[in-house]
Amino acid sequence: MTFQITSVPIDPSTWRDALVQDAPALAAGGIVVFEGVVRDHSAGRPVLSLEYEAYTALAVREGERILAEARARFAIEEAVAVHRTGHLALGETAVWVGVAAAHRGAAFDACRFVIDELKARVPIWKREHYADGPAEWVGVPGPPAP
Amino acid sequence: MLQPVRRSAEPPDPMQIRLVHYALFRDARGRDAETVTTTAATPRALFDELGFGAALASPESWIRVAVNDDFAAWDARLADGDTVVFIAPTAGG
Repeated sequence: MTFQITSVPIDPSTWRDALVQDAPALAAGGIVVFEGVVRDHSAGRPVLSLEYEAYTALAVREGERILAEARARFAIEEAVAVHRTGHLALGETAVWVGVAAAHRGAAFDACRFVIDELKARVPIWKREHYADGPAEWVGVPGPPAP
Repeated sequence: MLQPVRRSAEPPDPMQIRLVHYALFRDARGRDAETVTTTAATPRALFDELGFGAALASPESWIRVAVNDDFAAWDARLADGDTVVFIAPTAGG
């Protein structure tokens, strides 16, 4: 499986090994990695921690589709990605995307494509815990009050 | 000989639909999942029946729907035993 949702901390070196293991032996001259980490502020507000929640079955399905699209669109050998769920402290890795390609251009382009599509399409929600107020789901205009 | 005409005005049979809730929809419903008995033929009708339609204007523009673990159209036909998830704006990464 090349797209995963995990509730345990992401170890970048483990995922780099998995990426290289999946790529045809020694065909990749460039590896580009994007690592998204929890930062201490959001839209000017101090952030204490984050909570990620995933609709796992659909997240994996859509994540695999994005990786397949990346392989079809760019001259790359392999692409893998993993996203965390649960409560994350500042500095923890929330998402890791790795792309291996013969040349750096395609690797950079594909990595950017994967993280952008992942953020737009994969059903994962983020709740920010603030120092100055109650936690809120990110990207939601207002709470539904049926 | 004339064939009997099936009248479209007949009420549809009630179906059992399983709803799984995430993020703000779980907060709004106060539970992770529920099974509802409904005659709503589409996710859009179900959304309105649950009372979300009155609170959330034009949901088609910012909320997505999944039926049986894949994205579906708001006017998809629901079948007995389907699982429906309403997907609020996501923020992975």
